[in-house]
Amino acid sequence: MNPTSPESQTGATNAASCRVPFLALFGGGALWLVVGLTLAILASLTFHKPDIFANCAWLTYGRLQPAANDAIVYGFCVPAALGVILWIFCQLSESELLLPLLPIVGANLWHLGVFVGLIEILIGGSTGFPSLEFQRGGSVLLFAAFLLIAISAFATFGARRRRELHPSHWFLLAALFWFPWIYSTANLFLMAWPVRGVCQAVVDWWFCANFLFVWTALAGIGVGLFYLFGGPNDEEATGPDDNQRFLTLFSFWTLILFGAWCGIPQGAPVPAWLPALSAVGAALTILPILTIASVALRAVRTRGAAPCRGGPRCSILFGTAFFVISGIMFVALGCPHIGPVIELTWFAFAQTQLQILGFLTIVLCGAICALMPRVMGFDLVFPRLARVRHWLFISGIVLFAGALAVGGILQGLKLQSLAPFATVTASVLPFYRVSTTGLLFLWLGALLFALNIFGMTLKWKLARLHSCLAWLRAPEETIAAADTAAAAGNGRAK
Amino acid sequence: MKNGFHVFLAAFVALGISWLGFVLGSILQLGVEGQATVLQSSDLYPVQRPGAATMGLQVYRAEGCAACHTEQIRQEGVACDVVLTAMGNNPAAVKKAVAGLGAQISDATNALPKTVLSRVSKAGADAATASISSAGGTAEIHIVATGPDIARGWGVRGSVARDYLWDDPVQLGNLRAGPDLANVGARLGNVTWQLLHLYAPQSVVKGSAMPPFRFLFRVEKIGGAPSPDALQLPKPFAPAPGYEVVPTRDARNLAAYLVSLHADVPLFEAPFTPEVSTK
Ligand code: HEC
Repeated sequence: MNPTSPESQTGATNAASCRVPFLALFGGGALWLVVGLTLAILASLTFHKPDIFANCAWLTYGRLQPAANDAIVYGFCVPAALGVILWIFCQLSESELLLPLLPIVGANLWHLGVFVGLIEILIGGSTGFPSLEFQRGGSVLLFAAFLLIAISAFATFGARRRRELHPSHWFLLAALFWFPWIYSTANLFLMAWPVRGVCQAVVDWWFCANFLFVWTALAGIGVGLFYLFGGPNDEEATGPDDNQRFLTLFSFWTLILFGAWCGIPQGAPVPAWLPALSAVGAALTILPILTIASVALRAVRTRGAAPCRGGPRCSILFGTAFFVISGIMFVALGCPHIGPVIELTWFAFAQTQLQILGFLTIVLCGAICALMPRVMGFDLVFPRLARVRHWLFISGIVLFAGALAVGGILQGLKLQSLAPFATVTASVLPFYRVSTTGLLFLWLGALLFALNIFGMTLKWKLARLHSCLAWLRAPEETIAAADTAAAAGNGRAK
Repeated sequence: MKNGFHVFLAAFVALGISWLGFVLGSILQLGVEGQATVLQSSDLYPVQRPGAATMGLQVYRAEGCAACHTEQIRQEGVACDVVLTAMGNNPAAVKKAVAGLGAQISDATNALPKTVLSRVSKAGADAATASISSAGGTAEIHIVATGPDIARGWGVRGSVARDYLWDDPVQLGNLRAGPDLANVGARLGNVTWQLLHLYAPQSVVKGSAMPPFRFLFRVEKIGGAPSPDALQLPKPFAPAPGYEVVPTRDARNLAAYLVSLHADVPLFEAPFTPEVSTK
């Protein structure tokens, strides 16, 4: 694109409007990703040396593991996804970010909420509900922050010039709507007016499936479709043809209709109709998964498979592949005869991790590394490291989730076959060793990602400091220079 | 879909259906559940846990034991055992009938009651009792729950919704890095064992992979008389001479909670014949 063309001029101001909110969302997110993976590595040490943290309540496995998970999911995935959603809405609306103050405030509230929640888990104040361990304070902050950011997203969406919706609009709008509903339902029924007995587990399962599977799919696929089909100003954009549009719409509908039924494990101590309904939902969820796979494959074929250099499309294709694998694992967990064998094992854990770290994180990091240079107006500080980060993530997740999935199947079969419990534990250990190696790769990748984000923040802050200093030294000259630049800009815009 | 409102509506309908079914439906059905009478008894089940155990649940939650342990026994189905309870007047005929079922019994009557057929269908059990009673003996049909969890000895029946009535938060867990604990009080009902296991799992389970929870205990210098609560640890795990290991209140509550974990009474929705009557 010609850098002096009027479109690129407005494009640049539109992009600049995202700067501060994005630095807040992605900077905090990158930090939490590193923190979360650090906690995950510490947690995994318990299995290598059980008495390693025997004297330290803060670092006991049962606190570290949920803290690690929440730091990654709530600390990184959600704010990063929100930032990328804001960016995509700006691009599709060809507008600047509206109400930018809301995401700035929202991002800070969000990170504060995560901080409070994590500290509470580590001092023994977890609620005890998987994936909802944050106490009231933390969850109220998260909820409010999400709404603030979503309002800005809706405003930007409303400002679009083309009335017609892009397929990624469907997924992302639904994601903005989905989270507040499930998060408020779960928190109200578990914390505010706790339901009795096993209903708590049902509400939690419902939330987990709708959040960790459906929401992550809506967000990740929505982002992926934007980069696969291209936005309005993308010269290479092919856009979806009618067939692809139909397939995407089909996958959207089936995902929200059937995905929302999943989550109640087969054999759970609840009335039989609940797991039965979930089994139907899980079986039908194979439809959106396969459709997404075919849409992605076609997009690759029409645009040709460029060599992978860690760009957004490359990340998205890998991410989508992981989504398809994780989706099939998710469906298997919900099936009547297979599910009971593998569900209370490391396999289920591997599925969630693959969905979060393999699919959503890889897609989001790819998108962020592609959009930040445009937002900031300068290139990544360490572009090479972004590529290294890409391959570290991919090899890390394959080792981490792959080993645990295989180990989990073995564990499940051995538990069924009545092998003594100690043998079962021992036979999983080699796989666990490999998975910790994978975690180390992921951790390194996260570190490189954070380095890039923080490098950009620093560079930008220094540049601002510089211009401030210049203004202090010679106010008139600086203003005059700015005026000529603005006049030149206006002249070009006309 | 033409505009944002349509997308909103689609998501609203999809999530609304699932919300009505799973959230509201289960609350309406399970939320009204109360105590029930235990089969063939007038006892009510479940009863509230004792106070210390209720507080112990909060320790269990805070330490995240559910990250490694489940509290849900899975059951695959039910089967019948045929138990011979009396030989009657014609032991030889009964013996012959039992041999026809593929089992052997000795002459001594104190060997009774004896399980002569195990894990058969209802029809098979009925046929067997009929053949025994036509030979003059008496046989009972016992209902047993089946499945790997039960065969492992983790429980005598599958967990049902009612088991969790009084617990808040319900700690079902989702990973079995350690054994299932839904019925641990029935198999390891000794508070001292539980305390030893929490302080030093390897002192009671050889090669245990469970992390020790030493921070739930205090190592104290023995003052005048040793504390009556102090753990009697085997040599490699014992503290330095002159010191003793005393459980904190959290540890004692947690142990009380663990031994209170029982899911071993027959219910209408989870029937089985209690073990006591067989040998
Ligand atoms: C890192 C995983 C892990 C954590 C966390 C953990 N356990 Fe364990 N637990 C195990 C393993 C593995 C075993 C099997 C070896 C053994 O019996 O010591 C076990 C066994 C047990 C047993 C004996 C069960 C039986 O049938 O033999 C009890 C009771 C128990 N744990 C209670 C707890 C409590 C209470 C907590 C929380 C304070 C806890 N565990 C936390 C892994 C864990």
